[in-house]
Amino acid sequence: MSPEFILGIAIAGTLTGAVYGLMALGLSAIFGVMRVVNFAHGEMMVGGMYIAYLLYKTMGLDPIMMLPVAALGLFVVGYLLQRYLVNYFIEVPEHVQFLLLLAVAMVFTNAFLMIFGPDARGVQLPYAFDSYNVGPLVIDKVRLIAAVIAVLIAALLGLFFAKTRTGKAIRACADNLTGAQVVGLDVKHLYAVTFGLGAACVGAGGALMLLLVDVHPHLTTDYTLLGFIIVIIGGLGSLPGALLGGVLIGLSEAFAGFFLAASMKSMFAFGLLILVLLFRPNGLLGRGA
Amino acid sequence: MSALLAVDGISKSFRGLKAASAVSFELDAGAILGLIGPNGAGKTTVFNMIAGVFPPDEGRVRMDGRDITGKRPDQICRAGIGRTFQIVKPFGGLTVRENVIVGALASCKTVADAEREADRVLDLLGLADKARQPAHALTLPDRKCLEVARALATRPKLLLLDEVMAGLRPTETDRMVAIFRQLNRESGLTILLIEHVMRAVMALAQRIVVLNTGEVIATGTPEEIAADQKVRDCYLGEEAA
Amino acid sequence: MAMGRATRMLIGLMVALLLAPFIGNDYLVSVLILCLFNAYLAQAWNIMMGFAGQLSLGHALYVGLGAYAGGALFFHYGTPPWIGMIVGAAIAALVGGVIGFLGFRFGVKGVYFALLTIAFAEFTRILFDHFTWVGGSSGLYLPVVRADHDNLLLLRGRPAMFYYVILGLSAAVFLICHRILGSRLGYYWRAIREDQDAAQALGIDTFKAKMAAVMLSAALTAVGGVFYAFYTNTLYAESAFAMHRSIELILGAIIGGMGTLFGPILGAFLLTLLGELLTRLAENFGHGFEGVKQIGYGLILLVIIALRREGVWPRLAKRLGLDGEKAS
Repeated sequence: MSPEFILGIAIAGTLTGAVYGLMALGLSAIFGVMRVVNFAHGEMMVGGMYIAYLLYKTMGLDPIMMLPVAALGLFVVGYLLQRYLVNYFIEVPEHVQFLLLLAVAMVFTNAFLMIFGPDARGVQLPYAFDSYNVGPLVIDKVRLIAAVIAVLIAALLGLFFAKTRTGKAIRACADNLTGAQVVGLDVKHLYAVTFGLGAACVGAGGALMLLLVDVHPHLTTDYTLLGFIIVIIGGLGSLPGALLGGVLIGLSEAFAGFFLAASMKSMFAFGLLILVLLFRPNGLLGRGA
Repeated sequence: MSALLAVDGISKSFRGLKAASAVSFELDAGAILGLIGPNGAGKTTVFNMIAGVFPPDEGRVRMDGRDITGKRPDQICRAGIGRTFQIVKPFGGLTVRENVIVGALASCKTVADAEREADRVLDLLGLADKARQPAHALTLPDRKCLEVARALATRPKLLLLDEVMAGLRPTETDRMVAIFRQLNRESGLTILLIEHVMRAVMALAQRIVVLNTGEVIATGTPEEIAADQKVRDCYLGEEAA
Repeated sequence: MAMGRATRMLIGLMVALLLAPFIGNDYLVSVLILCLFNAYLAQAWNIMMGFAGQLSLGHALYVGLGAYAGGALFFHYGTPPWIGMIVGAAIAALVGGVIGFLGFRFGVKGVYFALLTIAFAEFTRILFDHFTWVGGSSGLYLPVVRADHDNLLLLRGRPAMFYYVILGLSAAVFLICHRILGSRLGYYWRAIREDQDAAQALGIDTFKAKMAAVMLSAALTAVGGVFYAFYTNTLYAESAFAMHRSIELILGAIIGGMGTLFGPILGAFLLTLLGELLTRLAENFGHGFEGVKQIGYGLILLVIIALRREGVWPRLAKRLGLDGEKAS
């Protein structure tokens, strides 16, 4: 087996991992600010995929053009969900919150099943099989585009939190909720914006993911669990950690899928999750205990 | 005669900050000792090391001649030390009686025995008429009382009280003081109390240990402590101010 | 002591359930089997979460382990399922013990502990999907003996026999829970559920008590798994260990009332009947309504979490005048 070949797998894994990272970023942001563990995350991802799919099917738009629409759609869903449901459950014991979002997830998944049926659906792009040759390496065009956009969006989110007024206000809520309320921030609105932005990241991630895989309703649970694995490995609440975790999982899946049966690849992810939970419960880049 | 509880040079640092350094004191069976000091003096740190919440970095704790340093809280309890929590921790979903039964199970062979013991303790502390209420429905003074009842039901030789008077009105404090005096007199219960409320400590403790910035700065009878200039400077002055 | 109102009602319910197969048709029996099976599993899960406060979202793991232990032993060696139940329970207790040990020793708490249980369940699901001795991804089929008589030893026979078996198992797990709840261990569990630090300060070895809860809950769940294997005759790792099974399994207890004895039974019956109704409706409407049962479950869960977090049973118990007698 040539080193170029192994490097090729590594590159493909890293690129897919960047899209995973974008998905996990949303989960991590939501947790980081509100301490809410969004069990309906995979459902939002698949929602983004279906929005992109519908636009492709009805208008023949390129998935990259549909990305803003998917992101916007999910922003609205996320905003409303937080504003009119989750906001009332911020103070309850965490397992109650968990079960609440689980209920939301069940409704979403099965709504997809009823609307779109159980079959896998995908898009065919004219450039689906294009690739770039860099020396001896072959890089898929689609994967590269998806990864670059994912990293760009992640950077935009980082900039938003660091530079804008709203972003700073949200961070204030995360650091000191009472303080934020005292200075008169509209916490309910800011929380809803955060959930919306987290959902928008996932929606964008979904649109990008549709370039790489077909969508079907039962992907929801897989993506929810994958999202948890990534953010826990990277550290819940840490944005760079989410990207790093995404890349790690992308890599491990690519190699496991190659050296073992493809169906066994997520075993590695779960094994990794178990190890991280036991030995680095705050994740690789998470805050100290 | 050797001491019931012997604390021998225990220290603890958190992230390089010394919370307690070489704290030593002894407590004879049947005595009541008060541990006082201003906020951040290290009282709770010392308390937690005795109660097994975390082990000391150095030093030993002996109970009844047995080394209990670094044991788990449940082992400390079985060694004969009962404790209360400063921020009360009732089992909210259980009734008052069930709360006390859980404590009594530590000292009783059967559940039936524990039920009888719980009823006895509830009577003693005047909680009998609230026995069937869920614990989360109690008022703060009653919750504090429940903390004590639960700890007493384990039949400790030594009772550790962590600011059990904090947040109580003067009349309630007096009632608590009377209860502890009675327990001490009638069943020889040894008590170590950490307190911020001077009124209670002065009324109850036979001897007092004063901590400041993690170190013992004075030991003596309440009268001696009240007269000690160092103590007045660091602690009593704070209250006067 | 005179027979309490709760006991009398319980005996009445038991008599009604015992007579049900003589009154109803096969369809009713099959629905009741499903109800009792779900009640059994909800009761077993309730030990861990409802009594001891440890959230497991991976209980399908123990259903699957029991099902495969009992199924594979019968398939390969003709071992009676009653022995399979013992083996399955032992394996599940061991695995539950390992998960509990790791989780409790390493201080994995709350949501993280729940994720740990999911991770183990999913890991095992994929493992069994590649485990050829038990059929791998093509499934394990238990031989169906076409006999017109019931063989209770090998659990081969007609629905009514399965009905009485699951009724017996459900009654047994109910009695076990009732006994334990009033025992020393029951007090320990509930104390840990309410406040672990306070429980430990009162002399409770919280590690041991939590281990007991996980292992007992796992073992009982696995016994249910063996029943499942012999009732359905087909096992796929994909569905036996599935995440959605772990979720469905806990819904009955949540809706009925976690930590109570009757809640899981009531919740499982309500939910199963509703599910059956929705499935029937979906069949009438034809294609495109596969998800309707799950949506119904999701909405009910949403309503319960939002409006009556303690579940349906506590309020109902008060209405029936049973609240003084219920064990918790």
